[in-house]
Parts: sequence; structure tokens; C-alpha cells
Amino acid sequence: MSVETILQLVISSTLVYSAPLIFTALGGTFSERAGIVNVGLEGTMIMGAFAGVVFNLSFADQFGHATPWLGLVAGAVIGLIFSLIHAIATVTLRADHIVSGTVMNLMAPALGVYIIKLMYGKGQTSMISQNFGYWNVPGLSKIPFIGPILFTKTSSTAWVAIFIAFVAYWLLYKTRFGLRLRSVGENPQAADTLGLKVYTLRYAGVLISGVLGGIGGALFAQSIAGNFSASTIVGQGYMSMAAMIFGRWNPIGAMGAALFFGFSQSMAIVGAQLPVINQIPAVYLQVAPYVLTILILVIFFAKSKAPAADGINYIKSV
Amino acid sequence: MNKINSYSTGLVAALAVFFGLLVGAIIMLVSGFNPVTGYISLIQSALGSSLNIGEVLRAMTPLVLTAAGFLVAQSAGFFNIGLSGQVWVGWIASTWFVLANQGMNPWILIPVAVIIGALGGAIMGFIPGWLRAQFGASEVITTIMLNYIALYGGNAIVQGLPNKMMATTDMTKTLDASDSLRWDFLSNLTGGSRLNIGFLIALIALLAIWFVMKRTTLGFEIRAVGLNPNAARYAGMSAKRNAITAMTISGLLAGLAGATEGLGTYLNIFSQSAAPQVGYDGMAVALLASGSFLGIIFAGFLFSVLSVGGLGMPLATGVPTELVSVVTASIIFFIGANYLIRLILVKLDEDDSKDKGKQKKHKTTKADQKEAK
Repeated sequence: MSVETILQLVISSTLVYSAPLIFTALGGTFSERAGIVNVGLEGTMIMGAFAGVVFNLSFADQFGHATPWLGLVAGAVIGLIFSLIHAIATVTLRADHIVSGTVMNLMAPALGVYIIKLMYGKGQTSMISQNFGYWNVPGLSKIPFIGPILFTKTSSTAWVAIFIAFVAYWLLYKTRFGLRLRSVGENPQAADTLGLKVYTLRYAGVLISGVLGGIGGALFAQSIAGNFSASTIVGQGYMSMAAMIFGRWNPIGAMGAALFFGFSQSMAIVGAQLPVINQIPAVYLQVAPYVLTILILVIFFAKSKAPAADGINYIKSV
Repeated sequence: MNKINSYSTGLVAALAVFFGLLVGAIIMLVSGFNPVTGYISLIQSALGSSLNIGEVLRAMTPLVLTAAGFLVAQSAGFFNIGLSGQVWVGWIASTWFVLANQGMNPWILIPVAVIIGALGGAIMGFIPGWLRAQFGASEVITTIMLNYIALYGGNAIVQGLPNKMMATTDMTKTLDASDSLRWDFLSNLTGGSRLNIGFLIALIALLAIWFVMKRTTLGFEIRAVGLNPNAARYAGMSAKRNAITAMTISGLLAGLAGATEGLGTYLNIFSQSAAPQVGYDGMAVALLASGSFLGIIFAGFLFSVLSVGGLGMPLATGVPTELVSVVTASIIFFIGANYLIRLILVKLDEDDSKDKGKQKKHKTTKADQKEAK
């Protein structure tokens, strides 16, 4: 295997595995910047995966190659609706953020499989026919060496995710909306005094995380898993959350961390084809992303700072 | 506004259960099932025969233990989502020990195996406790990650056990009933169910942990640290040490639950597709119990009825078993959002007093009329 093919394989699989994590980690960033801890990202991804797969199975004949992209839209819509539970519970009903997030994680697989069983008569869907294939970036793939490695047979969605990360950065740090969103996560009392609508902004943060988490789930299901069952999403939501913390609640940082997690996840899959790495027993590669998450938390937690009012309910005095 | 916190947690929990069941009923209705027959079939399959009741009590065993574990961690201010992984490690460790030491006197073998299971869980609880105390790493994420590490690592260990212990590549041989926690007396009492000594262990452990938490200095310190770490430190208690202790006890109880699963219920080890569900269910039981040890018994019984009954629902009425998990999640939603329930209660009380006020007015006007006559 030449160096070029190895790099090409590693980079393209890293991008495929990172893309869902990038979307979801960005979602988490919006929610936590607004002061709502979102452990429910895992559940949101599960609902997104469910929506994406059901849409794909139902409409693949009609929409052809556009189906997976529209499946992402379906995932976004269902993610938005599902995250409304978290928003209502934490913002309006003053629930503990972790309890509410846990409810989402318990609810999502149960609800998803319940509906799947009613629709298809079994707890697992068939494989989808239209999934995200590989894509050559027009123009850029012609560049010698770099072109074949980075831009040939690559994941189009990953490049979209990276682009969205920059949009998210711009939105959070360069717009009035972003400033306001961050202010309710840092000091809701002060924001309220200045006339900002704390509750509305916090709802916005959670709902954006629902949209992005739903996209992340639908993307994972349609590019990697290929079907929906209770074990389609296994910890990717939590991993995204860890990526967000590792990225210090910053969209660009979260994206970088998500790429790193995508890399370690993809190693468990493509490692068997690579020299040296295929000597390592599979179980080590399988647990590596989770061990790395813990190590990263331990090493970086002291240096990273969450928004000051993250996880604290704001009760408006009347 | 003080009124809103005046309602007892028992009342709030009961209403949360009611609303949770209501959500389940609505979902059944929307998906074309009759909720009344659905719930009747659930109750019948859970409590319809002594065998079923035995199975409910059997299902309750690990829930009581994991819920108690969750409660101990929660008292110290931790959210132990790692119960599942801790259960799995306890299950593997205890059952492996019995498999590896066949022929030893069961009166020694089984107690030692149970203790080994508990210790396995304790180690899995110690790790996130230490990471939190030493490095400030959020236990919410580390315990979740440890669940996956335990799941995949455990599966690899099970698949790698010596061939003479294995029935298939993914499953060990079944233990003899004499080398387990099974007790003919309990089993015969409940029509041949899998109810076993684990149930008694769970009740004794619950009592013991209640005593430790409420009547000993150790329990007092753990609760003090959970309520206000700064005040506790000022009073000379070590927040770090108590945090680690609480998480270790929490894991110990979960490991014990794993031992009852392996040595009492299944009598073997088989690789899992997800970390054992009893860990998450135990968390739900503890949240419903809202910090009360007695509440764990009631909540554990309710959730066991739901889970055992849920298995009978598809056969009797066609309702998928997953409905039960939706109900469970909904109950916890309403426990978390208890502010909503309290608001409703306040509203009801206000309406009541208004009605009473109206009646009074009504009476007085009648009396006035009489006087006028």
C-alpha cells in the first residue's frame, strides 16, 4: 500500500466519521453557550437517525440521489421538535438539565423502535438504498498529491460540516444574536436587566442544538449505519459533547476535536486494512475513542471554562 | 410562591407516575391501540400469577441495588450514569469466579463470588470518583464513557474466556443451581420463577446503606459534602475523600446488582449489545424515589411491574414492549419537571378555595334573604 493510498483512506474515513460529530458538537455549543447543558444530544441524534432512515426508506424512489440530503432536513425537523422537550423542561419548567437530558436519552431509542415496530413489524429497519457516497471536489481534486489525498473520494457532508462550523463561529462571535446568546449563558441576570429576553434566547440555543443534533444523527445513519435500530447511535452524542468541551465551547475548537474523535473512531473500522495498526487487537481500537475522551477531559478540563451560568436555571423575578 | 414547595414529594411522585401513564395511554391511542386493554394486559402479565409476581420481585432485585447506588452518589452531589457498566463488570467478575472454581464448597464459593462482583463494581465507581476529585473531570461524561469501555472490554473478556467455560463463542456454560444464588424455597413459593437469594441481599443492602447514610458519621459527611462542599470543607471534612467514597459505594452496590444478575437470574455470562439496561432503570427508580430509601422499594416495584408486564403486552395486545420505556422516561420527565405538577396543584387549590368562597357567599346571601323576610 503506497503512502498516498494510506493517507487517502485514513483522511477520507476520518472525514466520514467526523461529519456527524461536528454537526452535533456545534449544536451542543449553541445550547451550552445559552446556558443549557445538553446531555440529550445522544437522544437527539437517535431521533435524527430515525427520521433520516424512515424518510430515506419512504422516498428513495421519488427523490433519487437527493434523498439523503432531504433525509438530513427530516432529521433536522424531528431533532428540533424533540429538543423542544428539553427546552420546555429546563427553561420553562426549571428541571435539572442532566435529568431532562437523560429523559431524552431514555425516550429516544424507545420511541424510535416503538414507531419502527409499528411501521415495519420489526425492531430494525432494512438497509437504505440511497446513502451518501463518495465525492470528488471539482477542481481541487486535480491538485497533485494534495488533491488525491484530501479531495478525491471524500465526504461532501464533512466539508459542509466544516463550513457550518465557521458559520457558527461567525454567528456566535460576530453577530448581535451571538453576543446576546452568549450573554444569557454567562450572566442571565445582567442580560435580563438590559432588556434581553433570556427565556427566548435560551429556547433558541436549545432548538438550534436540536436542529444540528438531528442533522448529525440523520447523517450518521445515512452515511455509516445504513439502517435504524436501538443500537444505531452508540455514544456518538456523548462523544460530540466531549468534543464540545475539548473544543472549549468554541465552534472551531469543537470542530477540531470532532475531527480528532472521528479519526479515532474510524481507526476501529479501517485499522484492519492498515499496516502496523492491524496488529492491534480490535477491542483496543474499539474502546480507544472512549478512553481518549476521558483522558482529554482529565488533561484539558482544568484549562477549559464553561459558560458561567451553564446548567443553572434562571428564574425571572416577577 | 412558598406554597409551591409545600407539597409532599410522595404526592408529586404519584402524580408524575399518573402523567407518565397518561402519556403512554395517549401514545397507544394515537397508534391505534386501546390503552385500557393495553394496561390491563400489562398488569395481568406482571401480577396475573404467582410465577409472574416472582419474576417481578426478581426484576426488582438489581433495580433496588442500582437505585440505592445512584442515591448514595447523588447524596454526594454526583450523577452516576455509569451504573450500567458497573453492573456489567460485577456480573462478569462474580460469574467468572464461580465458573473458574467449580468444585469448591458452595458455602464459600458463592459469598466470595458475590463479594468479588461487588468489588468489581466498586472499582468501576472509584475511577470516575477519583477523576472528578483529582482532576475535576465531569462524572457525567466519564461514567458514560466507562459504560462503553466496560461494554466492549467486557465482551472481549467474555469471548476470550477458556474454551472449557464456554457454551458458544458469545456465551458461557450455565452454572449448576447448587453453585448459584437460586433457592428452591423462593422459587417454589413463586411457581418456579427465577426469584433468588439476590432479592434478600438487595433488601439487606438497602437497609444497611440506609443505616450508613442516615445514622453514621460517614453518611453524614457524604451528605454534607453533597449539600455544600465549601461548608463541609470548612468543618474539616475532605470533599475529595468523601466524593471518592460515595462513588465507590455507589459502584459497589451496582456491582452487587451485577452479581445477582449473573449468579441469580441468568446463571451465565453472554456478550451484550448495549450496557445492561438495569443500570439506567435503576437511575430512573432512584429519581422517582426522590431521595427516599423507602421510596426505592415502591418505585422499584412499580418499574419492575412495568418491565415484566411490558414483555407480555405484544403477545396479548400487539403493543410493542418499547411503550414501557416511553412511559418510564415520561415519568422521569415529570419528576424532573415537578415544577409543572406543583403549579397544577397550586392552581387546583386556588380553584378549590374560590369555590368554597363562592359557596360561603351563596349561603350568606340566602341567610340575608331569610333575615329580610
